[in-house]
Amino acid sequence: MTFLTLSLALIFVLIPIILSKTLQLELEKDTIIAAVRSIIQLLAVGYILQFVFDSQSIIYITLMIVLMIGAATQNARRKGASIKGITWKLIVTFIFVEILTQGILLGFHITPAEAQYIIPISGMMIGNSMVLSILFLNRFIAEIDAHQDEIELILSLGGTSKQAIHSQLITSIKASTIPTIESQKTIGLVQLPGMMSGQIIAGADPVQAVQFQLLILFLVLTSVVVTSVLLGFLSYPTLFNKQMQLLKAEE
Amino acid sequence: MAEYYEAAIQFDHVNYSDRGTLILKDINGLFPKGKITTLVGPSGAGKTTLFKLCNRLISPNSGEIQIDGRKIDQYNPIELRQNVGLALQSATMIRGTVMKNLTLPLTLKGSELTEKDAKELLQDVGLDEEFLNRNVKDLSGGQRQKVSIARTLVNKPKILLLDEITSSLDRVSQQDIEALIVRINQKYGTTIVWITHNLTQAITIGEYSWVMIDGELIESGESSFLDNPQNDQVKQFIKGDLA
Ligand SMILES: Nc1ncnc2c1ncn2[C@@H]1O[C@H](COP(=O)(O)OP(=O)(O)OP(=O)(O)O)[C@@H](O)[C@H]1O
Ligand SMILES: [Mg+2]
Repeated sequence: MTFLTLSLALIFVLIPIILSKTLQLELEKDTIIAAVRSIIQLLAVGYILQFVFDSQSIIYITLMIVLMIGAATQNARRKGASIKGITWKLIVTFIFVEILTQGILLGFHITPAEAQYIIPISGMMIGNSMVLSILFLNRFIAEIDAHQDEIELILSLGGTSKQAIHSQLITSIKASTIPTIESQKTIGLVQLPGMMSGQIIAGADPVQAVQFQLLILFLVLTSVVVTSVLLGFLSYPTLFNKQMQLLKAEE
Repeated sequence: MAEYYEAAIQFDHVNYSDRGTLILKDINGLFPKGKITTLVGPSGAGKTTLFKLCNRLISPNSGEIQIDGRKIDQYNPIELRQNVGLALQSATMIRGTVMKNLTLPLTLKGSELTEKDAKELLQDVGLDEEFLNRNVKDLSGGQRQKVSIARTLVNKPKILLLDEITSSLDRVSQQDIEALIVRINQKYGTTIVWITHNLTQAITIGEYSWVMIDGELIESGESSFLDNPQNDQVKQFIKGDLA
């Protein structure tokens, strides 16, 4: 695709703007901002990737992964503001997921140790891990809020902090991971996964595209479950003090 | 006139506040060891909050609580909570059967209640043994409270704190519970503190009583003081309550 043909694609941006204007939907401004931001951000990423791929430098690859983890942490931490030290807990989780997945991929030579494999796969893993962190934290905080009486009951009978929160922890881990696992059961039947579609459009052999897609799906399974479990076990101790009392959430 | 009581729980200038509001104000007093204390006071007086302090679910902002002559924070929290049993008015249950709830205190220690012991406990609180496999969802408020007391008894606490347990019970059930409290107290020498809204009960069952109003301990002593209160606030409360 050339930049000329791509600029023709701006027609697809004009259609919503015209509709918005005539029907007074007041969506013009947001549509334009969205279009401009995606052009700038994605082009910037494209050029940066090209630079990193050309250099194949371990320093630049690491730097990109650090940036991804930083951005993911920034996004997810707001959801867990009521959990002490949530920032470093998220960082540890993302780093762990990244090292675990890349460690297995590179260790068993499943993918080559090249920037064009490492960076997109890391992006997908960290991105998934970020979404899961947000889902998990939302659910966990809501569960604790709704079941404070049960947590205090177990404490009052002489249970440990872990015993007191066990049921809420497990519910939240399950609830946050089940949608991903469920959606994989029907994948390909209704909608082709975005990455696979992209590869096929770019001319890749469909079976090859499917193989990569399967690899990503399996990686995603690991990343979602590991994220919820790790974040859960890192988070729950900070909800109690040394006297095994449930701390009140700050308003 | 003032009799000497050995304290199971002793409060010394205890203050508790939550997010800036003072809920308990300078509490000084005791629950006598081996006796039944009844605790009365209007809604919002801080009775439940006081119980949570004794079980160390919360800690005072200032002042000191002693259990059996030792500062409360010198105990291991788990050991303390097993020894200071708490049955709250909310009678919170974990999801599942009555049996699952009764065995909970032992599950937490990695063991299990035998069916025979469970049935005995139910009998003690005046519930038929067929309740054992009922889902707690299907219990009435009064039945839940009975299960909650039975569950607290599983730890064989030295001190038993019972929060307003008879308020949602019918007359026959109230008598079951009264009898149970007296029986546990006599059989095991358990110190019992009982929050009740029924003044007649407070006088007949209690040997010692507390009146709390608006976060303060207004009067305490041998329960007979409730027949003939000296303090104006207590007089008013009793009049209002009987009216
Ligand atoms: N978790 C909490 N957060 C804020 N305020 C609370 C909390 N629990 C209790 N309070 C307040 O503390 C005061 C005392 O409450 P507490 O439940 O101890 O009273 P009580 O004597 O047990 O009342 P009742 O007879 O209605 O059960 C009340 O004003 C209540 O609103
Ligand atoms: Mg209360």
